[in-house]
Amino acid sequence: MIYFARWKVILVFVVCFFGVAFTAPNFLSEKDAGALPSWLPKQQVVLGLDLQGGSHLLAEVGVSEIIKVRLESLRDSIRPALRKEGIRKYRGLGVRGNSVTVRVTDPKKEEIALRAIRQIGEQLIAGGANVVDGGEPLFEVEKNDQGLIVLSVTDRAIKDWSIKAVEQTIEVVRLRVDETGVREPTIQRQGLDRILIQLPGIKDPERIKRIIGKVAKMTFHFADPRVSPEEAMQGRVPPGSTLIPDAEEKDAAGNPRMYLLRKKVMVSGENLVDSQPSFDQRTNEPVVTFRFDAVGGRKFGVATSKNVGRIFAIKLDGKVISAPVIQEPILGGSGQISGSFTVEGAQDLALLLRAGALPASLTYLEERTVGPGLGADSIAAGKIACIIGLILVVMFMATAYGLFGLFANVALLFNIILIFGGLSFLQATLTLPGIAGIVLTIGMAVDANVLVFERIREEVRVGRTPISAIEAGYARAITTIIDANLTTLIAALLLYQFGSGPIRGFAVTLSIGIVTSMFTAIMVTRLLIVIWLRRKQPDVLPV
Amino acid sequence: MAWHGFNFIPADTKYSFLPYRKLFFLFSAALILASVGIFLVKGLNFGIDFKGGILIEIRTAGEKADIASMRSKFKNSDLGEVALQEFGRPTDVLIRVQRQDGGEKAQQAAVAKVKEILGDKVSYRRTESVGPKVSQELFWDGVYAVLAAIFAILLYIWFRFEWQFGLGAIVALSHDVLSTIGLFALLQLEFNLSTVAAVLTIAGYSINDTVVVFDRVRENLRKYKKLPLDELFNNSINETLSRTVMTSVTTLLALLALYILGGEIIKDFSLAMIWGVIIGTYSSICLAVPLLLYLSIDRGSSVGDSKEGVAEQAP
Repeated sequence: MIYFARWKVILVFVVCFFGVAFTAPNFLSEKDAGALPSWLPKQQVVLGLDLQGGSHLLAEVGVSEIIKVRLESLRDSIRPALRKEGIRKYRGLGVRGNSVTVRVTDPKKEEIALRAIRQIGEQLIAGGANVVDGGEPLFEVEKNDQGLIVLSVTDRAIKDWSIKAVEQTIEVVRLRVDETGVREPTIQRQGLDRILIQLPGIKDPERIKRIIGKVAKMTFHFADPRVSPEEAMQGRVPPGSTLIPDAEEKDAAGNPRMYLLRKKVMVSGENLVDSQPSFDQRTNEPVVTFRFDAVGGRKFGVATSKNVGRIFAIKLDGKVISAPVIQEPILGGSGQISGSFTVEGAQDLALLLRAGALPASLTYLEERTVGPGLGADSIAAGKIACIIGLILVVMFMATAYGLFGLFANVALLFNIILIFGGLSFLQATLTLPGIAGIVLTIGMAVDANVLVFERIREEVRVGRTPISAIEAGYARAITTIIDANLTTLIAALLLYQFGSGPIRGFAVTLSIGIVTSMFTAIMVTRLLIVIWLRRKQPDVLPV
Repeated sequence: MAWHGFNFIPADTKYSFLPYRKLFFLFSAALILASVGIFLVKGLNFGIDFKGGILIEIRTAGEKADIASMRSKFKNSDLGEVALQEFGRPTDVLIRVQRQDGGEKAQQAAVAKVKEILGDKVSYRRTESVGPKVSQELFWDGVYAVLAAIFAILLYIWFRFEWQFGLGAIVALSHDVLSTIGLFALLQLEFNLSTVAAVLTIAGYSINDTVVVFDRVRENLRKYKKLPLDELFNNSINETLSRTVMTSVTTLLALLALYILGGEIIKDFSLAMIWGVIIGTYSSICLAVPLLLYLSIDRGSSVGDSKEGVAEQAP
């Protein structure tokens, strides 16, 4: 009698059982699947954004801005440090590349200056770094050939700054996304300075993109009353002040209205603890209310008490959104911004202020958004293609190989079950190209059986008995099957390695499909044939 | 008793393939030359994945989208080249906007502008925008993927077969890949990430098909030491013909279902795969095996010493 090891029988049953068990939750609604007892598998196939609808955004964090700001703040702390050491004669203090340089005129003071600058490095670069000791230093201070004292920031420190900026950005983006009520977003770092944002099922991608991408750095400034903005625009900007455009208002020529504001920050948005959209009690226009923390509230209270009657401006990302006159001291630590907001605009600004500012600008590099309608259409089309493809292949196999074709078809069904079981178990993402991969697998999966059956036919023709023909057919086809499948698997794995997004989904289903099809075609079909042989003991094979 | 199968390809076919090899070579050489020529002259119609730009699919209310009026609205914008086409059904329109000068920010501004022009009366089914940075990266990733796949397959073939077979398989593989690219250039189908996936899968399928025939050739080389090579090759092709055709048919059936029913987005992908399966089947039979004739196969080194015409004993 033909031999089929007991452990193989058990393996086939165990694998098929788990395949069915892991596929089953996909036939339930999400809620019912979640309610299954904990010992049952309840994971469903994860649908890619191209099938369930949603936005895939790849954004770049403006890391170079952060580095520039930090180098400038190093430069600005060198000035008082030198003054403290009694060094007043120095030239050329400035940022060059990734370093800050200064020339101390008095050679006797150079040693003191070096020490002071080294101390700044310790405080501002090494002090805040979250890297373990050892390895490359974070900064170096030395006197170069031209007699300049150079504080150079190493690549390690630059990398540390970049990573921190990206982490901080991710944190803020997550807060903002959570506030918009998107369910199960994915926000992760990609490479050194990029973040990948995946937002399933959003309705208004443009609005969410706007919310995520806005830096939202808010500061309060006093207007400079010494010179009118018009005069300042003629070129007479007083020191310590600067011209800032209005966010909305434009004059007849289409140029934005300008304000002359003090550079000094009165209070900053960092001191905000809460912010809500609201309506003005008198005008009933949308406004944004805010509340400062203790420090901010005190600063704001003092500033407003001393300056009743003066104009101050609320600046957001380099533009003035509101410029009210201080009517009375604002002591409670809270206030409201009444710009020309729409209801949605007020909501969005309040959200941004609550979540805090981004450390640097965020630029979108790639966007792929699929609406829920198209996603559902794609699923429906994929399902139909799968089913019709399956029916065609099943009919063809049954016609070509008769009973053995039916065995192969049973194996094919298990193959599809195993693919879905595998997808659910691995929690791999099913995408539209992934569905194409499944349909393609349906067509190619029967290849292993075709190879075996053709070989059996040949062996029958040379006059073997059924059992020996089957034995020989399997034995001889197996190396070919492995050779043929491995080459496709190589292509699929490389596709996974280099591919992105939806294409990876194709590589995933194709790879799983190749592995499961080898298993089902060799093991499942063979088991069915062995069972049939034992029961019928046929003289002639029906292939 | 049991239900018998039907032999679509009769057993013991004796079709002559090898005698026509010059014709096949000529045809394939012409196909490759034409593909390369068309590629050089027309170039590929790169999609936004590789070129950057914006792609928006909308569905309009009512019976039919008024593409003409949309087109005139875009004419007055400063978005550069904007192409509109019906997509799948009369209410659906696919809008492609060229990559904007001025980097990633300009690109995002253009997306907002397109949506402003189209208004909120239409429903946005798909919005894709790829900036210059990412499109460059995707392009090179695609190139590396194809090269790496061909290299890895080459390595595998080299490991499993003698060099003559490896060379034959690679010629067939390159033939299939190049002619697929030629087809995309000729029909100006959109060449995007899915196309790269299709090309890689075609490479896998082509090798798969070739390997099966080669396995048989190798087996017969061991079995029949004295049989003239061209006859031996011809027999090997005929012996595996039934399998080759059967597998191609089942794969084509599945792909046809995908092409006709799978939706607009993967139509070009399915078309490429259909072409790949057909050309891959042709190349294994008519190109890879006949080529072996010219690659001085060493018949002495094969293991076993069975006499001519006597089949190896099964274990």
